Amino acid sequence: MFPELGKYAVTILSSYGAAIGILAVLIAVYVLRNARIRRALAAAEARKAAR
Amino acid sequence: MRALLLRDLRLALRSGGGAGLGLAFFLIVVMLIPFGIGPDTALLARVAPGVLWVAALLACLLSLDRLFQADAEDGSLDIIALSPLPLEGAVLIKALAHWMTTGLPLIVAAPVLGITLNLPSGGYGWLIASLAAGTPALSALGAFAASLTVGLRRGGLLLSLLVLPLYIPTLIFGARCASVAANGQDALPAFLILAGLSLGTLALAPFAAAAALRSQLR
Amino acid sequence: MSFWEFANPARFMRLSGRILPWLVALAVLSLGGGLIWGFFLTPDADQFGSTVKIIYIHVPSAFLAINIYFMMFVTSLIWLIRRHHVSALAAKAAAPIGAAMTLVALVTGALWGQPMWGTWWVWDPRLTSFLIMFVFYLGYLALWAAIEEPDKAADLTSILALVGSLFAVLSRYAVNFWNQGLHQGASLSMDAEENVSDVFWQPLVLSIIGFFALFLVLLLIGTRTEIRSRRLRAMLMQEAN
Repeated sequence: MFPELGKYAVTILSSYGAAIGILAVLIAVYVLRNARIRRALAAAEARKAAR
Repeated sequence: MRALLLRDLRLALRSGGGAGLGLAFFLIVVMLIPFGIGPDTALLARVAPGVLWVAALLACLLSLDRLFQADAEDGSLDIIALSPLPLEGAVLIKALAHWMTTGLPLIVAAPVLGITLNLPSGGYGWLIASLAAGTPALSALGAFAASLTVGLRRGGLLLSLLVLPLYIPTLIFGARCASVAANGQDALPAFLILAGLSLGTLALAPFAAAAALRSQLR
Repeated sequence: MSFWEFANPARFMRLSGRILPWLVALAVLSLGGGLIWGFFLTPDADQFGSTVKIIYIHVPSAFLAINIYFMMFVTSLIWLIRRHHVSALAAKAAAPIGAAMTLVALVTGALWGQPMWGTWWVWDPRLTSFLIMFVFYLGYLALWAAIEEPDKAADLTSILALVGSLFAVLSRYAVNFWNQGLHQGASLSMDAEENVSDVFWQPLVLSIIGFFALFLVLLLIGTRTEIRSRRLRAMLMQEAN
């Protein structure tokens, strides 16, 4: 089912690869930073509640 | 207004030869080009207009980060902001002082350096004209970028990153005006666009810079 | 209920939290669907051969890169005029996405250009404008990072976004003037679809929707992070006192 890419195989696959790679890094950065800030905020609120 | 201008000029000329520094940098950069691309006079003649423009543009950058810095440090910026002179006017005066101490010497030096790059004879007049029309815009845009980076450590680096993309349209039309003339063609259309661009920039940049300065002083 | 109600951070958090799962589903389905359809189920094109498959990534990313910059222009203006923090933070959250999209467009454009034009890079107007836009994005992000005080950072970056947008448009015309260019004309531009036949057009539309949904997902996640970050900063400053 894989299409016949012929002589352009490297070009096409590296394009898709690079694009997916960049987007994957972007998504990871956003999700991880979100999680980190959420944890830090929860910790700060817990400290505040404890006082 | 005139007092501010004179004060800024005196400061610029006093503080370790700011004007001389820009000029020296201009000379050195232009001198590096043949070392980089070889001494072939035909090649140098082709790239001369563009190289002179890029070198002039980079030389303008040098004194920009000090534009508001000294005044911000000693509190004069607050005083200027509170004075009856509108902040936009003050910005324009500072940009003018910058141009007089940086741009103007470059305009004079450029044709001289053009000789070392074998600039074709038809190019000299329009080179001077394009720099004369374009360098005020470089000072105005520089003032805007400087207003964003006041007080930052390593502000100079960030300022360059912010201002150089803004310089691109002026560079394109200025260098084109000079190259086209060097090739013996009509440089007027490019010049007119350049002049229009500069006037627009001079009109708008002070407002953007003043808005930024107000935020800085809050 | 006025649109401006969303400017209230608490309300924004509630609403964005509710629609986020749906947007993620939409993004996965449309992006996955568009790319799979485009890559596996479409034929080769006359002019480009199998490289036409790159349009399913190159066109949506380029389209988004420009539109995100425009969105930043609008949200920056809203901050300067109405001082809604959510707006300023949305612009801040959008910028890295825009930069990434610009980078994807540049990389896929260059990789595609190699077999088509014979070189890895040409200074054609479209590619050059995107390169300039990428530098604008970097400058904007650098300015946010450099300034400590959040409201001052919002002010200065907003002014930069406004001036930058004006110059982005100016540069586009200047660059066109500077080089006539080899870039494909209307047939692959975002506005003129008539030249691209349906068999390519449909998966392309799905991909564009997918990229857009991805942008919205990341924008909401990012803005929520910034809002929480602001609150965290305030609490840490309180603790320090």
